[in-house]
Amino acid sequence: MDAATKSESAVLHSALRYKIIALVGNDHVHASLAVDAIADVQPKLVIEPGTETELAAVIRLLNEAGLAVIPRGSSTKISWGNPPTRADIILSTARFNQIIEHAWADLTVTVQAGCTLQKLQETLAQHGQRLALDALWPEKATVGGILSTNDSGALRLRFGALRDLIIGVTIALPDGTLASSGGKVVKNVAGYDLPKLVTGALGTLGVITRASFRLHPLPLNSRTFSVLSADAEQAQTFVLAVQDSRLAHTALQSHFSDENSPVSEILFEGTEAGLAAQEKQLRTLAAPANVVEASVSPWTARESLWAFSDPETTAIAKISILPTTMTPAIELLAKSAHAHQLRWKALVYATGVGCVRLEGDPGALHAALEILRRDLEGRNSSLVVLHHPAKMPALDAWGAPGDSLPLMKSVKNRLDPKGTLNPGRFLGGI
Amino acid sequence: MDPRIISELRAIVGERGLISSPEELHTYECDGLTNFRVMPRAVLLPNSAEQVQAIVRICHRERLPFVARGSGTGLSGGALPVENGIVISLARMNRILEVDFANARAVVEPGVINLDVTARIQHNGYFYAPDPSSQSVCSIGGNVAENSGGAHCLKYGFTTTHVLGLEVVLPDGEMVHLGGKTLDAPGYDLAGVFVGSEGTLGIATKVILRIVKRPECIRTLLAAFPSTNEAGAAVSGIIAAGMLPAAIEMMDNLAIQAAEAAVHPNYPNCGGLLLVELDGPVAEVEALMTHVDEICRSNGAWEIRVAQSDAERALVWKGRKSAFAAVGRISPNYIVQDGVIPRTALPQVMSEIDRLSQENGLRVANVFHAGDGNLHPLVLYDRSIPGQEEAALALSYKILELCIAAGGSITGEHGVGEEKKSMMSKMFAEPDLNTMHRVRCAFDPFQLSNPTKVFPTPRLCGETPGEYAPHPLETAGIAERF
Repeated sequence: MDAATKSESAVLHSALRYKIIALVGNDHVHASLAVDAIADVQPKLVIEPGTETELAAVIRLLNEAGLAVIPRGSSTKISWGNPPTRADIILSTARFNQIIEHAWADLTVTVQAGCTLQKLQETLAQHGQRLALDALWPEKATVGGILSTNDSGALRLRFGALRDLIIGVTIALPDGTLASSGGKVVKNVAGYDLPKLVTGALGTLGVITRASFRLHPLPLNSRTFSVLSADAEQAQTFVLAVQDSRLAHTALQSHFSDENSPVSEILFEGTEAGLAAQEKQLRTLAAPANVVEASVSPWTARESLWAFSDPETTAIAKISILPTTMTPAIELLAKSAHAHQLRWKALVYATGVGCVRLEGDPGALHAALEILRRDLEGRNSSLVVLHHPAKMPALDAWGAPGDSLPLMKSVKNRLDPKGTLNPGRFLGGI
Repeated sequence: MDPRIISELRAIVGERGLISSPEELHTYECDGLTNFRVMPRAVLLPNSAEQVQAIVRICHRERLPFVARGSGTGLSGGALPVENGIVISLARMNRILEVDFANARAVVEPGVINLDVTARIQHNGYFYAPDPSSQSVCSIGGNVAENSGGAHCLKYGFTTTHVLGLEVVLPDGEMVHLGGKTLDAPGYDLAGVFVGSEGTLGIATKVILRIVKRPECIRTLLAAFPSTNEAGAAVSGIIAAGMLPAAIEMMDNLAIQAAEAAVHPNYPNCGGLLLVELDGPVAEVEALMTHVDEICRSNGAWEIRVAQSDAERALVWKGRKSAFAAVGRISPNYIVQDGVIPRTALPQVMSEIDRLSQENGLRVANVFHAGDGNLHPLVLYDRSIPGQEEAALALSYKILELCIAAGGSITGEHGVGEEKKSMMSKMFAEPDLNTMHRVRCAFDPFQLSNPTKVFPTPRLCGETPGEYAPHPLETAGIAERF
């Protein structure tokens, strides 16, 4: 621990520190390190409670002391959102990481927030099941972090996003309340749907401590086909034709870049007989010569986009558009990237959700992102900046809030009236 | 009600949009749950979002509670009027505003009938997936309030899965837009919170729906088992085999008898009837259907039929979807319950229901969405026999307690409403309910929108913004501020 960190941690009132240590044990309270900083905001302590009850007791003390708390799983997406206006404490869920109940015959699971997606999937696979979600970095990413960032991928087309898979949640509110809603059954309309409220809330309303999900069977077989297009318009025509067809595909994504012609990929899952029939239908939808069976799975393409070499010259943004506006969005991306001398790549799912990577001078990145956001927001679409160089001029991560921002602030105010959790990181300064 | 307010309301909706005479108000004193009745002060029938907004602004100014109503088919008393309040009927706001096939979206007003959405889009091979049994009469707005399900939500999801965005008039009269045509609008998923909030957070005036392409083929299989236990074991076998049918429905013998008496679906007379529907590409469905057939036979099915035509399939479903009303053929009165259990608890819960039925001398017919464990026990009784209605209600609540004890829920699709609010504190702990209540206060600090529903005890919001005005519940001495 260096001298500066020591003096920072001394800021925490010693009586409070003793109370926290009494709750979680001396081994689970650490002074923070440089690596714990969030967008250059350096917290003072990292606290790792061992149970959700401990976490609730700790967060109550921190809230009473007026400290700002950053909930953390495994840090894979800790930089998403705006920089915190304050950050005193990192509250880690890493120590409660167990699968509480896999009710395989009921196709449900209840899991603690700190469990990684990979560990969860490995357990579910023992009974031929899965959480039908292809989130980023499953070997590290935790259930709590994935929920808080609403991270989903290509499988969303068929199985929905987290909002459609989560059936119950327990959260710790800043005042120490441990509240559950939903339940362990797939069909349940008793009370408000708080699992959806906290999904994608970036930990600003409460700390997710456990969640229950509906599950799906692992596929019997699967096959992926690639379809080449001459340009964005042809790719969009193909995607819309598939979506309007009676194919029962599981996923459909299209890649665009400044280097290569667009490629779309389609995933089928099911019986051998079903897959063979669907391949035949696919070949009638696209020019047969353009359809190739993929030998390597392309379904981690989003991770490839994130595998950039220089974080100081790269920006990553999530876009959400209507499928029919894919062509103008890609054409604008190409045009503004070219005008600002930026390299670019994009991956767009058939749901209209996509991921854009731009590389080049930080000032030019800022200009191109602003142009793209302005255009998308004009079409009732959105662009959320997930990564940008530290030296890029400031750009709000979320974009323009709609007319429901006052209501969102009211919800925040009722659950976290002191602004304890992730202050300033969410939409509209929440 | 103050004549000044009545005339202000009349000015918004016109003479034909206001009902205030006692004889006409009787129509609105209950919804599909007829054993709770309250006369509203007035019923308003706006025909635009702007009219809804103007009405709600007056309600907010006057602290006048209001209840939104769609078609009034709800089975938990969600649209039951509240004392000294008005009813806002959305029945006249029944336009389908936009259909966008390329993006698979439709924008509708809340009074549109569920089945009318499908009727409008089926020529292009699309349908609207949530299919509550009342879909030929229930409204999209009511479906949004209750997060309605239906037989096919096993595969396709619930109303909340298919609502992408909402235009909402909040209880203070402000209009906001939640979600939208594109996914993942930045910010909290308030559309997700609003759907299923049973009219307690405001009134939806426009709904953006996801529409779905019809699968290449649909096959419906009917299997007769000696009892619901064997039928339940077959369901487990189907799930364990890694299949996700479009629907799996189960009926017990009493429910079969009722359906036969009412619509003659030609069901086999058996102890447990299973209806399994698979959809998708022909080759896929045919391969899986053979497997379902084998699983049913190995679990004791003594008769298996596959509907051979659309007409046969429609008849099979007619029997199932009319099951509630059909019970009227075998009993003068009945209560429909709506519990959920983990599917594996079915044999144990069924035998408990049977025991309760015998102990209380009341027959219980059972209709289930078996794939997702949603039970609809129908408790049969005769209101003309003194005490029997109370006994039937008590029995129906005991069944819900069984569901809670099995790790399930008190409602899978009908909502809590008026009927089950007392059960909420059996299912949720006080901190859970308090947290939900805090969300309610964010939307409706004066609790004007369908107050007295969902939550077990009246409770008021602290730190209400603006000038203090006593809540009607406070004035009436029913609740106190804390």
